[in-house]
Amino acid sequence: MSFVWTLAEQHAGRLKEVSFELLSRGRTLADKLDTKLASLVIGDEVDDEQLQELVWRGADEVYSIQDPRLASFVCETYSNLLSHLVKTYQPSVILAAATSTGRTLMPHVAVRVHAGLTADCTELDIEEGTGNLLQTRPAIGGNIMATIKTPDHRPQMATVRPKSSRPLPQDRSRVGKVIAVPLDDWLVDERVVAKGYRSDVQDFVNLEEAEVVVAGGRGMKRAEHFGLLRALAEEFGGAVGATRDAVDRGWIGYPHQVGLSGKTISPRLYVGAGISGAIQHLAGIKTSETIVSINSDPDASLHKVADFGIVGDLFQVLEELRRRLAETSPGEQGTAGRDAGSEK
Amino acid sequence: MDIIVPIKQVPETSNVRMDPKTGTMIRAGVGTVVNPLDLYAIEAALRLKEAHGGSVTTVTMGPRSAEKALREAIAMGCDGGVLITDRAFAGSDTWVTSYTISQAIKKMGRFDLIVAGERATDGDTGQVGPGIAAWLDLPLATYVAKVEVLRADGASSERALRVERLVEEGYQVLELALPALVTVVKEVAAPRLPTLRGKKRSKAAEIPVWGSQDMDLEVSFLGLKGSPTKVVKVATPKVTRGGTILVADDEEAVSDAVEQLLGFLAERDLLPRRGRA
Ligand SMILES: Cc1cc2nc3c(=O)[nH]c(=O)nc-3n(C[C@H](O)[C@H](O)[C@H](O)COP(=O)(O)OP(=O)(O)OC[C@H]3O[C@@H](n4cnc5c(N)ncnc54)[C@H](O)[C@@H]3O)c2cc1C
Repeated sequence: MSFVWTLAEQHAGRLKEVSFELLSRGRTLADKLDTKLASLVIGDEVDDEQLQELVWRGADEVYSIQDPRLASFVCETYSNLLSHLVKTYQPSVILAAATSTGRTLMPHVAVRVHAGLTADCTELDIEEGTGNLLQTRPAIGGNIMATIKTPDHRPQMATVRPKSSRPLPQDRSRVGKVIAVPLDDWLVDERVVAKGYRSDVQDFVNLEEAEVVVAGGRGMKRAEHFGLLRALAEEFGGAVGATRDAVDRGWIGYPHQVGLSGKTISPRLYVGAGISGAIQHLAGIKTSETIVSINSDPDASLHKVADFGIVGDLFQVLEELRRRLAETSPGEQGTAGRDAGSEK
Repeated sequence: MDIIVPIKQVPETSNVRMDPKTGTMIRAGVGTVVNPLDLYAIEAALRLKEAHGGSVTTVTMGPRSAEKALREAIAMGCDGGVLITDRAFAGSDTWVTSYTISQAIKKMGRFDLIVAGERATDGDTGQVGPGIAAWLDLPLATYVAKVEVLRADGASSERALRVERLVEEGYQVLELALPALVTVVKEVAAPRLPTLRGKKRSKAAEIPVWGSQDMDLEVSFLGLKGSPTKVVKVATPKVTRGGTILVADDEEAVSDAVEQLLGFLAERDLLPRRGRA
């Protein structure tokens, strides 16, 4: 019986939320295929409680491969390891997150195990009769949805956009096996060495994992005005995004750029202020759950894809919004928002 | 430093139009360009060449007309380009594309570094760069925002390249042995424009054209047939979300619109936690 696998992702020993999101996808597929769901944890110092949580959130088995040499993602070693495990255990499906790690590791492994891989899936299902995985993804800047399958190759591999599904609730009565797998020395590739993270970076933002993104465009007019967005983002516990025009004007750093030549995000809430909604910007936000647009131009493209749009002056609207939000929470100003960036 | 840059010719994205009836892209009248994200790769490669000597050669797989993309790259300052084209290559998925380009690169000869764009704006998978690294067994760094050469003449056993990858948590620093493959993001360098001299050179340049017979290829790994993935359905999602649009042109209307926005957010459970009742 070939299992369904999901790749859990960790940073500094903490499992990322997307690890659990993948399990809810994987659970549905494993049930339809009448097989088991296993979650692989490649990393270092992920504690037992977190491994157990993978079981509580849907995994039947957890393979834990932990070693100091796996603490940071280095494609070669991770790929050697995963390819080796795939050849040994022959899963039928592997799901990974469409993150900087998943989108690097999966194509590398797919080549080596001769598997089909579909990027950035938003929907997954099992084809009746054949048991093939049906993988649906946006293409051509989100203008079409393509459904793809891999009939003659196993495993069937897919990356899935973070936040495109919800984790299952914890079910502490679920039982599953947690199996420690050692990292054999021959799997370690020493041609690449991770040297940690740059520590001198000001105003870095983890946009991809933010639940709420408040973004600004050329309509913000000045760098200082991004303070309005930072305050709002902080209020929502979210992060600040920007268009290319705003970044190129030096109003905010490149890690904040959303779109074709920046980051792709799918937050629960995206608020765009002073953003026209060019196709290259939309490419990065189309899978957001809720889109709010604030723009004085009634014909702005962002209004057309918005769930809620306000045609008006963004400064007036943001100011009013801030005033009203402050009203509803008297005396509780300034609790820390997640990744809201540095304050002006 | 001898550098290879794999590039792709793509439709101009700024004016993609969809046929509302068939759900396919209207290709007629749509121009083609070098994949905009490949321009960053070309620029990064040219700067490395300027600093350390060597050459920059592009390679593309596509129809005959993709030759234009190679000439554009030469006009920017690249030394040459190779076109791989054959009907047998049509319909290739990313597994097959990375295989075919890898075989071409093997034929191109010695190199120190491959610099690729993060992804192409049409296919949008980002899988071909890592795929080539896997085929050629090259050390790989993706999402690279900065490249620094530690030793241009480094023996391959030395780690000669230091890069910064823009990932979710920050800039991850990696050191790699050469030859290696990196895929780059916009932050790596702002692309230059073609020069007049470059354009002249590009017109005169000889572009080698290789078909399936000119490379060492496993026939069962080619084209649509060799592709593990198959497209089974294409659908057009609804273009607009049909959302509420309110006009707020005076103070009262602004206050009213914000009121309604808060109600809308509350309904969707999107208000800040401490803002809730
Ligand atoms: C290859 C390529 C890649 C690209 N990649 C990206 C990318 O990754 N991300 C990206 O964002 N763009 C990208 N672009 C650029 C994109 O085409 C647009 O130019 C850009 O998104 C526009 O930014 P903007 O909305 O901030 O500016 P504009 O298009 O100028 O829009 C500003 C908006 O602000 C509104 N406004 C002005 N004042 C006010 C006010 N007081 N109140 C309310 N509204 C106001 C205006 O009505 C206008 O709609 C790319 C382009 C190309 C060709």
